[in-house]
Amino acid sequence: MNYPTELKYSKTHEWLTMDGDVAVIGISDFAQDALGDVVFINLPEVGDDVFAGEPFGDVESVKAVSDLVSPVTGTVCAINEVLLDAPEALNEDCYEAWIIKVEGVTQTEDLLDATEYEEFCATEE
Amino acid sequence: MKLIFEKSVAGRHCDVLGKCDVDYAPLPEEFCRESKPLLPEMSEVDVSRHYTELNHRVHGVNCGFYPLGSCTMKYNPRVDEDIAGLKGFAGIHPLAPADTVKGCREVIDTAGKYLCEISGMDAMTFQPAAGAHGEFTGVLLIKQYHDKRGDTARTKIIVPDSAHGTNPATAAMCGYKVVNIPSAPNGCVDLDALRAVLGPDTAGLMLTNPNTVGIFDENILEITRLVHEAGGLCYYDGANLNAIMGVVRPGDMGFDCIHMNLHKTFATPHGGGGPGAGAVGCKAFLKEFLPASALMDGAKDRIQIRSFAGNFLVLVRALTYITTLGKEGIPEASQNAVLNANYLMRQIEGTFDLAYDRICMHEFVLDVASYKKETGLSALDVAKSLIDYGMHPPTMYFPLIVHEALMLEPTETETKETLDWTADVFRAVYERGKVDPEYIHGSPHCAQIKRPDEVMASRNPVVRWTPQE
Amino acid sequence: MSYVPSTPEQRQEMLRAVGVSDYKELYRDVPADMLLTKPLNLPEGKSELETVRIMTEIAEKNTVFPTILRGAGAYDHYIPAVVRSIPAKEEFLTAYTPYQAEMSQGVLQSIFEYQTMICEITGMDVANASVYDGATASAEAAAMCRDRKRRVTLISGAAHPDVISTVRTYCYGTGDELRIVPAKDGKTDLAALKEMLGDDIASFIGQQPTFYGQFEPAEKIAALVHEAGAMYVMNCNPIALGIMKTPRAFGADVAVGEGQPLGLPMGFGGPYLGFMATTTKYMRKLPGRIVGQTVDSEGERAYVLALQAREQHIRREKASSNICSNEALCALTAAVYLSVMGPDGLAEAARQSMAKAHYLADALTAIPGVSLVYDGPYFHEFVTTLPDKEKVLAALQDAGILGGLPIDEGVLWCATEKVSKADLDRAVEIVKEVLA
Repeated sequence: MNYPTELKYSKTHEWLTMDGDVAVIGISDFAQDALGDVVFINLPEVGDDVFAGEPFGDVESVKAVSDLVSPVTGTVCAINEVLLDAPEALNEDCYEAWIIKVEGVTQTEDLLDATEYEEFCATEE
Repeated sequence: MKLIFEKSVAGRHCDVLGKCDVDYAPLPEEFCRESKPLLPEMSEVDVSRHYTELNHRVHGVNCGFYPLGSCTMKYNPRVDEDIAGLKGFAGIHPLAPADTVKGCREVIDTAGKYLCEISGMDAMTFQPAAGAHGEFTGVLLIKQYHDKRGDTARTKIIVPDSAHGTNPATAAMCGYKVVNIPSAPNGCVDLDALRAVLGPDTAGLMLTNPNTVGIFDENILEITRLVHEAGGLCYYDGANLNAIMGVVRPGDMGFDCIHMNLHKTFATPHGGGGPGAGAVGCKAFLKEFLPASALMDGAKDRIQIRSFAGNFLVLVRALTYITTLGKEGIPEASQNAVLNANYLMRQIEGTFDLAYDRICMHEFVLDVASYKKETGLSALDVAKSLIDYGMHPPTMYFPLIVHEALMLEPTETETKETLDWTADVFRAVYERGKVDPEYIHGSPHCAQIKRPDEVMASRNPVVRWTPQE
Repeated sequence: MSYVPSTPEQRQEMLRAVGVSDYKELYRDVPADMLLTKPLNLPEGKSELETVRIMTEIAEKNTVFPTILRGAGAYDHYIPAVVRSIPAKEEFLTAYTPYQAEMSQGVLQSIFEYQTMICEITGMDVANASVYDGATASAEAAAMCRDRKRRVTLISGAAHPDVISTVRTYCYGTGDELRIVPAKDGKTDLAALKEMLGDDIASFIGQQPTFYGQFEPAEKIAALVHEAGAMYVMNCNPIALGIMKTPRAFGADVAVGEGQPLGLPMGFGGPYLGFMATTTKYMRKLPGRIVGQTVDSEGERAYVLALQAREQHIRREKASSNICSNEALCALTAAVYLSVMGPDGLAEAARQSMAKAHYLADALTAIPGVSLVYDGPYFHEFVTTLPDKEKVLAALQDAGILGGLPIDEGVLWCATEKVSKADLDRAVEIVKEVLA
């Protein structure tokens, strides 16, 4: 498993990085591996509000569906439309394949750094 | 094999209708179809042979063993088909005058009486077209009950984590928030977990008993008492009724409403996915909330969940079945369903782990987890290898509380010989997997197809045929 | 008789193998005071022959009408013999849902073909494997059109009363609002529709032809609905689709309907067949099973249940529908019917039904006191005034003719290709005599 040290992670397996004032959110290597082949992703629309700890969309594999939980509260300013046609990008490189960008962030959950997250994942298996 | 469209030949047809003996009426231009639909153009023999070829690629319960847990795949008697095909049932218009449909009314009344007796309920509707549709109806009874009392604070339905997916989906369709409660280690309701979530916001509980791991919940009276004490109602999911008919009744367990799957417990054929029929029964105090038809019954103030009176011809089959079995045959069916399950479980024991090593009801769960650790083979691999023996695999990965679950429900209509053979097959797969896991992993080897690429089917869905340019 | 095959000796042997002495012990988890102490109050079991006698006697208490001039949601079309025999085959009949693709290719392919045929007659891109009936198909369509911002459903007052009532019930379930657009002249009142559309409206459900048999100006409806940003759900008659413009061409976003006319018996109301089709854009919002084409591990064409993550067994409380069992065998029946009829046969059934209905209407309205209630173009149903309704219908009934359905607006008549000119002449003669 690969957990880049420059990212922060949630216990629901999303990663977060700040690009200036904008939060960039994706799912971790652990999450994509656990899901297996991702076949579809349900995304919010630009302009939708998301809330820390609340689902903002979901990812589907053949036999499972998992909520995407936002680590921040704010407003969606971009979605990765590539994923709508090519959800396999999440399996191929989950750190390149960001899912949404959020602006106007007013609240952020307590997140783990890469080392803490790796330890957390070890207990999840 | 070819698709029917690939067998079509332009200009070929069946002469079904012949000439029209009155003048055609012109359809105004603005409503006219612009081009013909690409339906197959075939002779009758082409059609017959195409579907016969397809039919050879189908496994039905009347053709071989089908231990699909929670689906009650028992033999479907042919006489039930003959009766449902009688002109006096099949040829009746649902809106024909009352004095011309006395036989249909008799079917509905008699079946209602019998099913009330079997379930311990006071009233019955046959409008629901399937089990999930019955759940929807049942939970709407609960909703109307609370609404009528002005008890609008009841916004939650409690569902155990071992429940069928239809239960939480139904509760959501009825506008309820779903509260999942964890099961106790024996798969039954955890009373403390239940107590913890009960309250003035509880609308009701949805429960299967015997539950989805095939165990009768011995605390059932306490469970329904607790829910009632909190002001909620109890809904019985009749998916597992085949274990207990004539032995114990949901109505006596404290349930207020129930659905029964006529296509499971009452032997009507499932037709490759339907039609089913989901009779819904209730106690007298909920009767006023049962659905009706706006057109057929002139009932504009009642709920209605589909047109007319439901899947009537399915009901005819079920009534035929109950008539055949009668007061002795009904409990005999359940008792032998339970006996067959226990017998098969004990014959398989010693190979794959039993998820719960105790007397089961009409079905039981194997846990392939430790075998997977040892061989790398999953419940899916085991299931697929059974296909090579001409047996339909058990239900896989359900209930969710057993991670590598295989759930077997042999039903009462299987012989001891079939059960012994099944145990031999399981043993053979178990042993083969230990020495040659690759072989099992590559199964099925002699089925209609090899394992299909399901990822491709969902990533790039092709859901209809399109003509090649 | 219980269809239990094991002999008494085998049962004893099996009980011993399980380690119990009798059946009672198998139910040791059931609290003793809950067990039934006396037999069920049911008649004694019967042999097959006795059962056939009992059930046949019940069937004979119904009247089978040789001539049927009543529709209103259940239609007496001719069912070719092969359409009855194929779905009765033991394998098709007694299979469960095709969960195991490797031993269910026959069912899966038949559904894939059915989906294609529904797409062809509706002009849509994708169809599901069926839902319960036309009414629930409409209710499911209403649900698939709703999103977070648009929650209200409009339905035409000219739709079938059972469809309206069913959609209302489904909306009651989720707590969403349904508003009825009044009917005018047997069709949707366009002015009222325009008035009622707004930015909270998710969809408008119309019926084509309407409950009263009238063709409605669907293109105008589509324009109004789309202008308001809502979706147009068209509930349509599948036989009419043999000659009628497709819902897609009219501008509908979702096509649904009652599939019973496609080879299914009237059967006192069921089992019937709800068909649903839409455009690629809304594919993942369709409820229920959908069969998809793929390849197996050797690259051969194969069929599987696709897009399953939409469904209740995976999505649980987040699924948009709880549907599990559908009407697969009815869908198979419809596919066989459409294959036997072909494009020309389906069109001919439509044209002949329309022809007979117009012949009947012309003859009836030539009788003094009988006139058409609506003057727009109609398919195979129409409403007339009829003096002395009860008396006329009773006289028809005595002659083995199921006359039109008495409704508030008059009598709703229907004719299909199955009735001959002679049948129609005889019916008209009786009406004439009673009213003379």
